[in-house]
Amino acid sequence: MSIKVKTIVRQGKSLQERLYLIEVFKGMAVTFRHFLRNFLDNSKLYVRHYPEVKPEITPRWRGRHRLTTHEDGSMKCVACFMCQTNCPAKCIQIEAGERTDGRTEKVPVKFDIDLLECIYCGYCVEACPKDAIRMDTGIFSVTGYKRESMLMTMDDLLATKGAFSEEEYKKGGA
Amino acid sequence: METSIWRPIIYLVGIMAFAGVNAAYLGWCERKGAGRIQRRPGPKEVGPAGLLQPLADGIKLMTKQLLVPQGVDGIIFRVAPVIAMIPAITSMVVIPFSGNIQARAMELSVLLLFALASLAMIAILLGGWASGNKYAIISSARAVSQNLAYEIPMLLTVIAIVMISGSMNLRDIAIDQQGGFWHWNIFRFENGHFLYMWVGFIIFFICSIAETNRAPFDMAEAESELVAGFMTEYSSMGFGLFMMGEYLNIVVGACLTATLFLGGWDCPFGQTPGVWWFLLKIYILIFTVIWVRWTFPRTQVYRLLNLSWKILIPFSLVNVLVTAAFIKVF
Repeated sequence: MSIKVKTIVRQGKSLQERLYLIEVFKGMAVTFRHFLRNFLDNSKLYVRHYPEVKPEITPRWRGRHRLTTHEDGSMKCVACFMCQTNCPAKCIQIEAGERTDGRTEKVPVKFDIDLLECIYCGYCVEACPKDAIRMDTGIFSVTGYKRESMLMTMDDLLATKGAFSEEEYKKGGA
Repeated sequence: METSIWRPIIYLVGIMAFAGVNAAYLGWCERKGAGRIQRRPGPKEVGPAGLLQPLADGIKLMTKQLLVPQGVDGIIFRVAPVIAMIPAITSMVVIPFSGNIQARAMELSVLLLFALASLAMIAILLGGWASGNKYAIISSARAVSQNLAYEIPMLLTVIAIVMISGSMNLRDIAIDQQGGFWHWNIFRFENGHFLYMWVGFIIFFICSIAETNRAPFDMAEAESELVAGFMTEYSSMGFGLFMMGEYLNIVVGACLTATLFLGGWDCPFGQTPGVWWFLLKIYILIFTVIWVRWTFPRTQVYRLLNLSWKILIPFSLVNVLVTAAFIKVF
């Protein structure tokens, strides 16, 4: 296989280009075309007005966490501590308790995620054997006025809804 | 001329208002223009189409604290922004906005304008020097060398105009160009001046961009290398005055270009001369300055000086010579 050689033509050596003045006017014509186009139609912009227009999030994107439930509303989580063990940032704190609805033996009574510690690696989602924790909420802007508000409790995690349908989420490779 | 006490008062108020509105709203025009050229919207949040943005900026700048850092020369540091502003406003006294709108039709008004333009450079020098900041001092040194280099070709092209008009009074120069665009100095038909006067116009325009420290010749505030140049240590209205001074210098430069080359308040077709034509001309020129800024990248210092000493000065000298020859021969 021979090596492909691409000869790049050197610019700026011809008399017309060395005179500068003609090229200067050409450059100004280019910017004027842009100016005119945007002056007449200012809708096709390269920028997004962020707070008003949110970017589209793909299902694979790792946003804020949530805890999933069965159809009847009971938690999928069985308090196996896989996510807590696997978490490299040690941001998950689980306390297990006894389960009374008969599905399994254990259920978390406390499931805290400290978002200030979380690095959004998604290892908790990968580790979970029951598909109980997901990062498909599409929430990318995690802000708060107090440190305490950044601690997600079990109720917060359960209250958050997923942003995507089941098919879309599965297609994302989960 | 001196009919009543009201005349100077009305002109003072009028010139201050014109200067204030221009200094505030050219910033808005610049940002909008830049946005349009770069496919951005520009300011749009404050008021309709962002029209109240200059007001918001002004209030913000005025309510902030004017920090005077340790180690600066306090008096010069405070005086420099004022010096940046005063010559630009004073220059407007001699500018003929129309046949009967001019505060003072001085003889030698061209000379006065150039003297005041040099004062603007002194403001940059003092501001940078008093700051005691290495970026500011480098910026001042650059501004001085740049202004020295570009004043020479600028004055030489103006000498050609003065030779044609036979006067240094801006009003006389403008009156000399009345009666349609073929009388304007840039296209002047009589004596065949149109053959070469456009060269003088281009030299003058390049020099006026360089004199007002605008991109691509804004070596004094090259923000990618010198933080903000001479304005680095300035906060609040100190910075605001420098900005307003910069925009007013652009306005004065545009007024001067329009008067010297584009016939002042004259209509291109020989009818309805008036102040509206003058305003139209200066705003087209100001738009061109903004347009140039958002088209070309900044040059380097040595290239800037090379352009002046090796190209513009020889060309303007030849320009003077050719003008003299054309006046004599035809």
